[in-house]
Amino acid sequence: MATSTPARDAYAPPPGGSRQTTARSRRQTWRSRLWRFDDKASPYAYIAPFFLVFGAFGLYPLLYTGWIALHRVEMTGLNQMEWVGWGNFDKILHDSEFWTALGNTFLIGVMSTVPQLLVALGLAHLLNYRLRASTFWRTVILTPYATSVASAALVFALVFRADGGLLNWVLHFVGLGDTNWVNGHWTSKIAISVIVIWRWTGYNTLIYLAAMQAVPTDLYEAASLDGASRWQQFRKVTIPSLRPTILFTIVISTIGSMQLFGEPLLLEGGTLGATGGNENQYETLSVYLYNYGWNLGHLGPAAAVAWAMLALLLIIAAVNWLIGRFVRTSAV
Amino acid sequence: MTTTSPIKAPELGRPSTPHRAARRPSRFRPGAGKQLQGGPFAYIALTVVGIGSLLPLYWTLVAASHTQDEVLATTPPFLPGGRLLHNLDVAWNQAHLGKAIVNSVVVSSCITAATLFFCTLAGYAFAKMRFTGRGALMTGVIATLTIPPQLSVVPLFMMMSDIGWGGKLEAVIFPTLVSAFGVFFMRQYLIEALPYELIEAAKIDGANNFRIVRSVVLPVARPAMMVLGMLTFVQAWNDFFWPYLALNQQNPTLQVALGQLSASYTPDQSIVMAGALISTLPLLVVFVIFGKQIVGGIMSGAVKG
Repeated sequence: MATSTPARDAYAPPPGGSRQTTARSRRQTWRSRLWRFDDKASPYAYIAPFFLVFGAFGLYPLLYTGWIALHRVEMTGLNQMEWVGWGNFDKILHDSEFWTALGNTFLIGVMSTVPQLLVALGLAHLLNYRLRASTFWRTVILTPYATSVASAALVFALVFRADGGLLNWVLHFVGLGDTNWVNGHWTSKIAISVIVIWRWTGYNTLIYLAAMQAVPTDLYEAASLDGASRWQQFRKVTIPSLRPTILFTIVISTIGSMQLFGEPLLLEGGTLGATGGNENQYETLSVYLYNYGWNLGHLGPAAAVAWAMLALLLIIAAVNWLIGRFVRTSAV
Repeated sequence: MTTTSPIKAPELGRPSTPHRAARRPSRFRPGAGKQLQGGPFAYIALTVVGIGSLLPLYWTLVAASHTQDEVLATTPPFLPGGRLLHNLDVAWNQAHLGKAIVNSVVVSSCITAATLFFCTLAGYAFAKMRFTGRGALMTGVIATLTIPPQLSVVPLFMMMSDIGWGGKLEAVIFPTLVSAFGVFFMRQYLIEALPYELIEAAKIDGANNFRIVRSVVLPVARPAMMVLGMLTFVQAWNDFFWPYLALNQQNPTLQVALGQLSASYTPDQSIVMAGALISTLPLLVVFVIFGKQIVGGIMSGAVKG
């Protein structure tokens, strides 16, 4: 570790003018200037890769999307851009499929996020008990996180099949009739929500568990001295302490559900996937974007969809901010 | 991990006695003092959820080892059959899965290595170095977490074809070389784990900044880098949206190949499941070996990547 720069050199008395020492002190200042430059520049050099990559492949395309949205660009000739102004926005806003996809995204988002987070909260509470093999349980419930969207969607596609599906077989077994899960408007949304819930519940559980373990013990002691039951402790101590974490998971899950793509695309596969079912009953905004851009080959409207999603994201952010403010004031 | 003496086990109602809290310093196990013994209900509930978590994976194996007719029969099979090797073989050849595996390994390894390198550097800078604009820049990093990839894929696709990366692995690797989550994760870890004294000592010894990174920061950061590496690898391996748009049938990653397999005209379900098995199995192995670290990593990171 010790590269030499003997400290006494820095404090050496001013040299008497001999050529040798002047050169030496010049070298000294050059060196200390280098040091100072190193000190000043290093942090920026270390964070530069992030901002360069993000700027080139994140921010620049994001802004460029707005420009493309005002043009006609076809997959067949990517270099030809023809100005159409608001035409693309006009097109998608007057397309009933867009509104269907918007509604579906919202519904599937709610149907997957709410049960997921509630179950995660309950599971985290259970895992917060002293358990035998607690690491084993944590690992098991996290296992679905290791599966890809594609494999998960394909397995559940088999489970939810109308004929020969595992779920219908079970329902038959307990005396219930067949359900055409994928064709129904609500049942197909349930199917997709189940895939999302399956993959992400364990993840959110662990986040809640981490937050629960950070709750100070004194709070529980004080509560139990006051005669609070376990349920009261959960409601009055655990939940309020977890508020920031819960808000955080809501934000993240909401953003995640806005992006749902693989689950609906692969639920039926084939051409039906790209349109989100024969009546677009489970088409999400991402699938709509894909269908316009990569299936039909019109990139202009696809970019317009991206900007619609950006608008939606800003609305969600604003709502979250308001909720956050409300939560903070009501918590006092 | 916890040694439970059976005599003390049935302790319900009162969450913690000062005695127990004293025995378990909460510095090492936060909140350990309040931990109640889990009753039978906890085990039953966890078992149900555990089965629910694992059943679809088991069903993948079962479906991948039978013919499609058997899988879709009125009474589906419940035990693995004998067609596994045959189905794997077909999936391997039909969907370029061999190439897809190589591609997935290349993509995930490159992304993981780059993420580890750049995120550790940036995390260290944000955690321990003073520079103008640090707070604002860190806020910027975190803000990028909320931007979905959907917002930039259209121009990204055009850019990639412009610079000749259309359909190539570079198109998937380069946009993911760094991650905001990684920077944040390393920063959180290094704030706690790296004392200023260590950096000062190295400076007094005359080490320049990069040397400090190499011989002080990296050794301290290693455990966090392990976890971040595994999380990044899992994510890169499972990524679907952008690779599906950017790559094509001739040069897919595993997930893309899987998507295309199911999008073909009459997909044979047992072959599709064989493909799903091939794409999931490597990660499951990683998970069985490093499960504990990954769990710990998610709990300490507490941010969805």
